Amino acid sequence: MRDAAIMPLHLQDVSLHLDGRAVLDRITLDLGPVGCTMVMGPNGAGKSQLFRILHGLREPDAGRIDWNGSATKDARWRQAMVFQKPVLLRRSVAANVDFVLHARRSDRTRVSALLDLVGLADKAGQPARQLSGGEQQCLALARALATDPEVLFLDEPTASLSPASVRAIETIVRGALDRGTRVIFITHDAGQARRLADDVVFLHQGRVAAHGPADTFFSNPPAGVVRKYLAGDILN
Amino acid sequence: MQSLSDSFLLAISLVFSGDQNLWEIVALSLQVSLSATVLACIVGLPVGALVAMARFRGRGVLLTLMNALMGLPPVVVGLLVYLHLSRSGPMGFLGLLYTPTAMIIAQTILIAPIIAALSRQVLQDLNAEYADQFHSFSLTRGQAGRALLWDGRFALMTVALAGFGRAIAEVGAVMIVGGNIDHLTRVMTTAIALETSKGDLALALALGIILLFLAMSVNAAVQALQQSAGRWAHG
Amino acid sequence: MKRNPWFATVTVTVALASVASAQDRSILVQSTTSTANSGLYEYVLPMFENATGITVNVVAVGTGQAIRNAQNCDGDVLLVHAKAAEEKFVADGYGTKRTDLMYNDFIIVGPAEDPAKIRGAADAKTALAQIAEARALFASRGDDSGTYKKERALWQAAGIDPSGASGDWYRETGSGMGATLNAGIGMGAYVMTDRATWISFANKQDYTVQFDDDPALFNQYGVIPVNPARCPDVNGTAAQAFTDWLTSSAGQNAIAAYKLADQQLFFPNAPKE
Repeated sequence: MRDAAIMPLHLQDVSLHLDGRAVLDRITLDLGPVGCTMVMGPNGAGKSQLFRILHGLREPDAGRIDWNGSATKDARWRQAMVFQKPVLLRRSVAANVDFVLHARRSDRTRVSALLDLVGLADKAGQPARQLSGGEQQCLALARALATDPEVLFLDEPTASLSPASVRAIETIVRGALDRGTRVIFITHDAGQARRLADDVVFLHQGRVAAHGPADTFFSNPPAGVVRKYLAGDILN
Repeated sequence: MQSLSDSFLLAISLVFSGDQNLWEIVALSLQVSLSATVLACIVGLPVGALVAMARFRGRGVLLTLMNALMGLPPVVVGLLVYLHLSRSGPMGFLGLLYTPTAMIIAQTILIAPIIAALSRQVLQDLNAEYADQFHSFSLTRGQAGRALLWDGRFALMTVALAGFGRAIAEVGAVMIVGGNIDHLTRVMTTAIALETSKGDLALALALGIILLFLAMSVNAAVQALQQSAGRWAHG
Repeated sequence: MKRNPWFATVTVTVALASVASAQDRSILVQSTTSTANSGLYEYVLPMFENATGITVNVVAVGTGQAIRNAQNCDGDVLLVHAKAAEEKFVADGYGTKRTDLMYNDFIIVGPAEDPAKIRGAADAKTALAQIAEARALFASRGDDSGTYKKERALWQAAGIDPSGASGDWYRETGSGMGATLNAGIGMGAYVMTDRATWISFANKQDYTVQFDDDPALFNQYGVIPVNPARCPDVNGTAAQAFTDWLTSSAGQNAIAAYKLADQQLFFPNAPKE
């Protein structure tokens, strides 16, 4: 029997200081139980640090995080994260997936199904680190999905990938959404956000500058900084 | 004064004469030092991995200690092992003094700190890369350590070679605990020391040349293995 | 390197097994180096092993270390050349009985030009006095070997304490006989050595015997079985058999028959029964 779901998520006044600078400044945020949340904002807005805190890789200095009644440390094993730069093990493609299944005491025969899912079945025996950038990110996704996460964090997984790779990854993410996985996704690509988002969180200078449903967010940007950002201005 | 080329020729003629004594000594040298390397890896690699991953108070002191132990003088190790294995020592009942086992024990103690300290260095760099991902997978410390060891295996081979090189080359420890007994505990280095003390410098040097080739062969074998299988570690 | 604990276990087990099987019928001799380095054991031990089936393993170290090792019960027989220390070893209960085995003599070797002109000196103490007078280099063992004990006794007889010149013309190597010869020859120093080691020594260069033939340079070797009452693990029966054989006419003849470069190295003098 499975514990209660870890979503919805509630953040109350979460702050983080690094080198005396407020990277996250009293973030208060509610994320619903389903769908895809895109997190946007200029570089240095605190997006990646927010992810690290939500995924339990770092403790906030202050504030409260509530995963539907659970603490982050108890919620982490029900989450998965794909980093901007994939960290692949120095093994074959298949062994990378098998490693996670084995570590999680999961069914190890699922390797080929997972590789099929991300289109890497024909490269199963190759050294993972010799894959192209897009393939590496697909493998990282397969590994993340191998843990059957309730929440999937994606930290700019398609940054500097070819359009074909971006499409491949978005297809995989849509599949995960269709199977009910909650996706939280950092991107700089407004088009990608439009394609995938149910709601958008806009961070600026460590604060939530805007948060709303995707349709109104893009048609009627709720804040000046968002308008400038979407218009291509450089924000500080 | 004997010249190097004389010794070189003598080394070649020794190798091709099929001298039974020589091969016995070569085989024992390899048996002792390879066994010690394997045992030191079994002990040293997990220690290296644990220290590479852990953050705790006093870690800096421990690192200094580990690095300092790399410089353990073989004679001191030999003496410590002698005092324990001597029939009048605490483990004398085992009857291990003046046996190859005693030599393996001494060399293991000598090189385990080298394996631990060098593997710590290698694995700490690897861990810096993997730590967040392993955290994300919610791995246990044991799972993470084993994965680090496996993914660092090619770099760790070089670490093992460093330990093996130290073991096969040392004379102080095996001389004391092995006793340089003919046909029982005589290895290349103690044979070299013996021939030197007999003033037969040409033979001593010839044995030294053979020892060098022995060490080079082991290194070459490991290097070939690294290169044929090392593509997995690319990147 | 693939880490395979099974391999290590097997290796260790094999090593253990090979030793265990040899143990019943083998003894360990804690010996001075001169008898081992001169090749005497390689000549006489096979005769004993053929006669009795007992294997003899030899650990060759300085007399002082050999005695200490035997005191730690790490040996079945002691074969050294420092009579006073050997008698103390027996008196302290570590050995059963000391028996004279054989003798040869000490010599002083030096560079061909003989800087202290000791060749033809009246006796050993005069030779040493001349070396001290000339402040010619002298390389001493500087350990507690039988040779060193003899050397210090000779200095004392000459009324000289060379310790004050240690590091100056008196050089204490703290090493075995062979290493001291190598070092002494390297620096052009006189060295006192037993004749057997010198005859078998291969790195003589321009060195020759510069002084010998003084009763004071007599070098007596003794053999002592380690006392089973004190060291229960020693192979007392085999140790006694070895000692008995060495001092028997068979052993004594074997010692007398060993020659290197046409010279007899050791002269048997065990008491006749």
